[in-house]
Amino acid sequence: MNNTDPLAVFRVEAQELLEQIEQGLLDLERNPQDSELVAQVFRALHTLKGSGAMFGFEALSAFTHHCETAFDKVRKGEAVATPTLIGAVLSALDHMRTLAESPDAATDGGEALLADLHKAMEGEAEAEVAVVSPAQKTWRIRFSLPADCLVNGTRPLSLLDELRGLGEADVAAVVDNVPELGALTPAECHLAWDVKLTTTQPRSAIEDVFIFVIDDMRLEIAEEPAVLSDENDKQKTAKTPAEKTVADNVTALDSARKPAAEEHVPDSATTQHHTAGETVRVPAERLDELLDQVGELMIAQSRLKQVSATNADVNLRSVAEEIERLASELRDSMMFVRMVPISQLFGRFRRLIHDLARDLGKNIEFVTEGETTELDKTVIERLADPLIHLIRNAADHGLEMPAERKAAGKPETGRVLLSARQAGAEVVISVIDDGHGLNRDKIRAKAEENGLIQPGAVLSDNEINQLIFQPGFSTAANVTSLSGRGVGMDVVKRTIDGLRGAIDVSSKPGQGSQVDLRIPLTLAIIDGLLVRVGEGRYVIPLATVEECVELTTEQDQRSTGRNFLTLRDALVPFLRLRDMFATGTDPDRYQKIVVVSTGSERVGLVVDQILGHHQTVIKPLSRFHAGVETFSGATILGDGSVALILDVLHLVAVGQQQEERLRAAG
Amino acid sequence: MPPDEPMSEEQTGGWDQNDHLQVLTFDMQGETFAIEAGLVREILDHIPETPVPGAPNMVGGVVNFRGRVIPLADLHMAFGFAPAKESLDSRVVVIEFALDGESTLVGLKADKVNEVTILEKASTESAPRVGMRWRQDFIRCLAKRDGDFIVVPDLERVFEVGSKGDKAAGLNAFTQH
Repeated sequence: MNNTDPLAVFRVEAQELLEQIEQGLLDLERNPQDSELVAQVFRALHTLKGSGAMFGFEALSAFTHHCETAFDKVRKGEAVATPTLIGAVLSALDHMRTLAESPDAATDGGEALLADLHKAMEGEAEAEVAVVSPAQKTWRIRFSLPADCLVNGTRPLSLLDELRGLGEADVAAVVDNVPELGALTPAECHLAWDVKLTTTQPRSAIEDVFIFVIDDMRLEIAEEPAVLSDENDKQKTAKTPAEKTVADNVTALDSARKPAAEEHVPDSATTQHHTAGETVRVPAERLDELLDQVGELMIAQSRLKQVSATNADVNLRSVAEEIERLASELRDSMMFVRMVPISQLFGRFRRLIHDLARDLGKNIEFVTEGETTELDKTVIERLADPLIHLIRNAADHGLEMPAERKAAGKPETGRVLLSARQAGAEVVISVIDDGHGLNRDKIRAKAEENGLIQPGAVLSDNEINQLIFQPGFSTAANVTSLSGRGVGMDVVKRTIDGLRGAIDVSSKPGQGSQVDLRIPLTLAIIDGLLVRVGEGRYVIPLATVEECVELTTEQDQRSTGRNFLTLRDALVPFLRLRDMFATGTDPDRYQKIVVVSTGSERVGLVVDQILGHHQTVIKPLSRFHAGVETFSGATILGDGSVALILDVLHLVAVGQQQEERLRAAG
Repeated sequence: MPPDEPMSEEQTGGWDQNDHLQVLTFDMQGETFAIEAGLVREILDHIPETPVPGAPNMVGGVVNFRGRVIPLADLHMAFGFAPAKESLDSRVVVIEFALDGESTLVGLKADKVNEVTILEKASTESAPRVGMRWRQDFIRCLAKRDGDFIVVPDLERVFEVGSKGDKAAGLNAFTQH
């Protein structure tokens, strides 16, 4: 971590804090009395302000200060977290995000936001606070500065002046550490100060005085217990005992290397920090590197396995088995390390829904399920965009206006459900709304108009549903700021294809629609079925394989005109990979059919031989082969040769095109 | 084109201040070709090639190069020769090459690898416009040597065209015999 850019570190931290604040606010909206939530938001704001100042984001720090002040009042029970206040702070958050990204950004927007914030607070003050006068408290503050502070331009006098500005201050210098005259260096500061400060300001205000020097100084702030008579204070004391009983020992000298924000937060926050579990932040590239190496190990291990299988040496075999077990455990833990719960992603959408509901004038209830489902980190990041589009669509196109809903006999509040669950080697993420469903007639009319389908073509409901994923396809009469341009669904489709996933759409008129995204658990290692076609060996992702059957000679010969087989009363079309890959070899006598599922249909792939199960480390193909869609990558087999991994979805599409060409030709 | 016409700016890449260029020479179909020695990573003996069905002819396969799957390009195709055949002398020259700004490892099939040598700029010429079977834009320059000449291909251009497998652009050199 030492050589990383501190600004980048701060930005990452700021993002996390902002997210925390946002989640807290949204929870608070539902549950305005929850003091724990208020405290949580306050702490995060406070930390953000502190570390913002440390890293030179002064605009951010100053701006955050106002929000913090607002929440400090809420925390002390002097104000209530009304929806207006929460709304104002939410808007302010966006401004903070901008400030965190570019500290020099114009602050024009900031003024207006602050005005809103103050208005929200004043409304509070009139309603609630007028009766409660702010509590007077007496603080004992002792601080000493490092000896070289004067050289660095710190002026102890101005610090004391600032303290005096907070309230009635009684200052005494502590001269214990001043050396003998002979040893005294006049340019060094040996003094410490004891300050007894009576003020209505919160503890954070005192800490703020020292905000620029706190890294190197020694600061103790203790509350004078005798003055604690006010009702409010008692309540507060009960809530956060840690804060009162422990004198906040900010011994930054000893831990100068720790991020400054950490020692700046009150004790209660620090305690929580520890109970939340020790975590290590590692750059994603390092994980990728590690995964690559584990992949190499898997390849070497399967070679070892082959060697030991042809060798009679018992010792070698037992070592090979040991290595096999360890390697596969290592791979599993490696995959586990890369998994993160999807709640990280889901959390972001609550804000989206909040804003959508406001902009659209609809009442929307947002429900999430299965947040603990885990997915590969890179996958989660790539899912954010498509989900935004799907949720927007559900809210904008799917849900009706409250009046319409009432007329249709539905509750006025529409519901958007975002759920995740694991199903085998896939994670299924569903976006479900209870709106009016897809209008298939409209989609059909539009598709005919655009020439996507022939007028009068016979299409299944599912095929019509899939039309919405065509680029530029939109049935919306009006392009709104939210949707209607026909770009969103295309993005969804391309991203999910890129993740080797699939999309299912189902919809019932008047009852709502459901979009299922089926995503493979990981991108880097998959279980595969190794098959031989001609002389080449190929890997079929096991997750897509449904079953394997034999292609009898009878079926083989009869099916020259029709490539179908009957499987438990269902017709399954099949593709002859030998023809598709133009191997130019004679078919094996006993060909096999691997039945794969592409999500909506089942297709048989005719291969010459099934070689067995293979743990596949996916290696990407180079740009030279970017145009070859039938393969999603390659893998290295135990003997060092390369096998290609079939992209079943694209393979079937290419097979269909080839057949169409054949039909057209003759 | 007059032989003494100066070469254009983009063709001067790689020459040092003495107008020398260190190259690796190899044979394809009896003709000698040269590529910048600085690009070469390794020269491999026979390695099993995995054909990629549906790939452009010039890069019809992939090989395992130290745990990485890299494309194997057959420049024979770009110059209208019959596809490379394996022989005792044939080798694969692995080069590292920037394709669309991304560093890529590529194997090149050579019938025979000769030597690392120095080309002098003074003895090179641009490719003539007529009297040549090859596409002019595929050739960076021709270097005279011992009464014969060495072809320095413009790999960037060859790969740009070859990797697309674009037959519509009149690339009969890329269709298999």
